[in-house]
Amino acid sequence: MEKRTDHIVKSYDDELDQIDHIIAEMGVLAARQLEDAIQALVKEDTALAQKVVLGDAAIDALENEVDALAVRVLALRQPMALDLRRVVAAMKIGGSLERIGDYARNIANRSQVVTALPGEYGGIRVIERMGGIVGEMIHGVLEAYRDANVERAEAIRLRDEAVDQLNNSLFRELLTYMMETPSNITLSMHLLFIAKNLERIGDHVTNVAEHVHVMVTGESLESERPKSDHSSQIISEKP
Amino acid sequence: MESLVHPIPVTTTATATSEISSEQGEDCVEAGSSVISARNIDVFYGEKPALTNVNVEIPRHQVTAMIGPSGCGKSTFLRCLNRMNDLIENCRVKGNIFLDGEDIYAPEVDVVTLRMRVGMVFQKPNPFPKSVYDNVAYGPRIHGIASSRADLDEIVFNSLDRAGLLDEVRDRMHESATGLSGGQQQRLCIARAIAIAPEVILMDEPCSALDPIASARVEDLIDELRQKYSIVVVTHSMQQAARISQKTAFFHLGELVEEGDTERIFTTPKDSRTQAYITGRIG
Repeated sequence: MEKRTDHIVKSYDDELDQIDHIIAEMGVLAARQLEDAIQALVKEDTALAQKVVLGDAAIDALENEVDALAVRVLALRQPMALDLRRVVAAMKIGGSLERIGDYARNIANRSQVVTALPGEYGGIRVIERMGGIVGEMIHGVLEAYRDANVERAEAIRLRDEAVDQLNNSLFRELLTYMMETPSNITLSMHLLFIAKNLERIGDHVTNVAEHVHVMVTGESLESERPKSDHSSQIISEKP
Repeated sequence: MESLVHPIPVTTTATATSEISSEQGEDCVEAGSSVISARNIDVFYGEKPALTNVNVEIPRHQVTAMIGPSGCGKSTFLRCLNRMNDLIENCRVKGNIFLDGEDIYAPEVDVVTLRMRVGMVFQKPNPFPKSVYDNVAYGPRIHGIASSRADLDEIVFNSLDRAGLLDEVRDRMHESATGLSGGQQQRLCIARAIAIAPEVILMDEPCSALDPIASARVEDLIDELRQKYSIVVVTHSMQQAARISQKTAFFHLGELVEEGDTERIFTTPKDSRTQAYITGRIG
């Protein structure tokens, strides 16, 4: 499916284009919020963290805008087939991007607590790596959406496994770290939640990739996507 | 326990057998099997081809929608199904159309009987300038369907009831039908069509001269009528086709481009021309 812009009614094309533009803008904002949140954590930059917290409202506003426009198109144009899938995909993708923005804000909030705590912990590097992969996934899936490219969407979907695996290993590592020194617990708990937020962002990007697939092909993905988040089954072993 | 085991009298065995065979008979005409099969249909107006090599099955007890831009041949095809094209000078139909396995273009076919079996409702309501009652009674009278006055009354009332019009016209049975509203007139035409118990009802843009409320009533009626009749509807409204039909056929430039389950046609059409038409890109 190419995103054709040749409706008999020109304003219909304009509305669909506008939906695309808002989604693209939301994606760019969400990715930047995430990058800034990770930088705020790594560089202990509370001002940047604050900026991320305040910046989330812009993404929420865009989601409202995309929803309103999509509802308008549904009501006035009664889109069919590829157009209908495009509008429905945009509504769902808008929802996922909004959630990604929320997670970035959560990370920024927690980064301020982590910065205020004494001590250093090397696990932050793992979080930085996770953040880097997830950020690339957001950019990639937006390109897949823009170009209606199923292969690209599928490739992004498969990258989520790497995020899950990093989350699992960090989880195990932090458990040990907490058992060694209970005074590390506060820091470790915040880092665990940050890692979990990143893992959730990865899941949302995966959902976006799946929406792109449905939008382009009209068919749901048959195979279950690889789920590698095993942190729910990890138990601590006495040192 | 003993009372549960009834000995079966010989006479009922015979009845049971005949019941089974009649059930098997019904199996042959179950919903979804074809009531009409069109094979290699070409239609010409003079030398000009209007339809080329159309092959389609009209499923029994379902609504089949014919969609396509103006001049695509969908109404021409509809009129082939009860030989209405015979009335148009210069119109030639090639190919075969089978109604319950009989070729309706065979020389021995009586066109009047054919049109009894395949009724038609037109775009503009066209009641006769007669009373409501006489409009519906007209067909049964000329075909000699009713055996008595009471019989005829029953047919008229039943048909009006099935067309969802009875309550509105019960007290106006002997007033002129032309005094009814447009929507009522169209439902009267549907009642007139079903009064002669057709197998198939052809509808050519049945709602395009009606307001949205009257259209909704007719749509609702079409959905109910498919329990008893097989319906073929030509419509310009794709939303209507999507709502009321189970099968959709898309015509373009005299060609049947694509046909299949309505849901599939409107969600994931295979042909790019179908896609372009239903999404508002060609018209």
